[in-house]
Amino acid sequence: MTETAATHQTETAPTELPPTEDALAFPNDRTCPYRLPEGYTRLRDEKEPLRRVTLYDGRQAWVVTKHETARKLLSDPRLSSDRTHDDFPATSPRFQGLRDRRPAFISLDPPEHGTRRRMLISDFTVKRIKGMRTDIERIVHGFIDEMLAAGPLADLVSQFALPVPSMVICQMLGVPYADHAFFQDASRRLVQSTDAADTVAARDDLDRYLGGLITKLEAEPGGGAGQGMLGSLVAEQLANGEIDREELVATALLLLVAGHETTASMTSLSVITLLEHPDQLAALRADPGLIPGAVEELLRYLAIADVAGGRLAKADIEIDGQLIRAGEGVIVTNSIANRDGAVFEDPDTFDVHRSPRHHIAFGYGVHQCLGQNLARLELEVILTALLDRIPTLRLAVPVEQLTLRPGTTIQGVNELPVTW
Amino acid sequence: MSMHVTADRDVCVGAGLCALTAPGTFDQDDDGLVTVLEPDPEAADQPAAREAGNLCPSGAVRIAEQPPVA
Repeated sequence: MTETAATHQTETAPTELPPTEDALAFPNDRTCPYRLPEGYTRLRDEKEPLRRVTLYDGRQAWVVTKHETARKLLSDPRLSSDRTHDDFPATSPRFQGLRDRRPAFISLDPPEHGTRRRMLISDFTVKRIKGMRTDIERIVHGFIDEMLAAGPLADLVSQFALPVPSMVICQMLGVPYADHAFFQDASRRLVQSTDAADTVAARDDLDRYLGGLITKLEAEPGGGAGQGMLGSLVAEQLANGEIDREELVATALLLLVAGHETTASMTSLSVITLLEHPDQLAALRADPGLIPGAVEELLRYLAIADVAGGRLAKADIEIDGQLIRAGEGVIVTNSIANRDGAVFEDPDTFDVHRSPRHHIAFGYGVHQCLGQNLARLELEVILTALLDRIPTLRLAVPVEQLTLRPGTTIQGVNELPVTW
Repeated sequence: MSMHVTADRDVCVGAGLCALTAPGTFDQDDDGLVTVLEPDPEAADQPAAREAGNLCPSGAVRIAEQPPVA
């Protein structure tokens, strides 16, 4: 959908809201794993589809509060994804630290973005992902076996939620899972450090590690062909100059980090949400056919990547009666748009019968998540197996005692004590 | 209601929502790009095709619907 403001012009002139001193600070921390922070509920309930917020560095940006406006803006070529630009809205010091580093395709605009993304999409088609089901089931059941043998009492994050997608993405990319202690720790620092220097150090560690893997693949007979996605990229696109080494490292890093951090967070928060909604959990048990739809509802409801939708306006944009000026930052906050009552009836209610695939938990527009169908399958297999294998699964501490990640990063928990 | 679907492979980003949502109407080729299996879906396949058109993140999938001529 490439609707432009021209197709949505209103009769009246757009409202230009001046920067205000009392704009809400953004992002906000959740106080419950599955409820919107109070500030986001206030933004969501505003009439205007765009509200100014103040970022940690004192700059202001627009937060998009309506689903329809969010989809229009994420399809609008006048909004740039260039995270290296000085005016791109930074939601944490971590972001600032990485501003001058070589980014992967998520920071490129069309047409460059499309060229890079097309190197990768054949590995993420619905058919290819479906073909991974048996492998994913084996991995999921393997970690459940280990957890059951060592328990009861387990940390669901380190013993299950994190290792499952780590192993899956390792097999897909051709990264040795034996190195998981290193890259899981470095990824965690990359996405959670509270200062710029730590983030840069984590990025350096991952760059060195992935650069080393690429060098090793280049030395193999056939230049890495047959050794996962990374091997193919080395043997083909790197060898023929379609991608340079630095960008390949950045791409591998993005696939590795996004491939496990997000599904791990969704797994933990999904388990918490289902255990805290016993009627919904019972519905899934009674009819496992509801699980794929429940995965969509969990994606909508939990919206873990709710600070990922930053953009920078390259031109003035009139949108739904408001005006974004060239040079202003825009942040589409998935968690708010996914609870727009105009699109999702009774949006704060978790309902596994809803099957709302039009949520924007994976974003929208040309940058919509490349790995979304892998995430869907992983979550479906994970929930099916957990319900079947550990029917008495429960939290080992009250939900109020869980430490939630701050609002500046992928939403989730770093520890989830469970028993059965 | 008759329906005609088209897909613009130049703007496709390979998200796969069409093949996931309306597998009778759309597929992805080996490059991951959209292909149309059935340009004129039958009534039973139209709701899914319509949803695929709504979900497509890049605008590649287009759905044209016409009421029957009286």
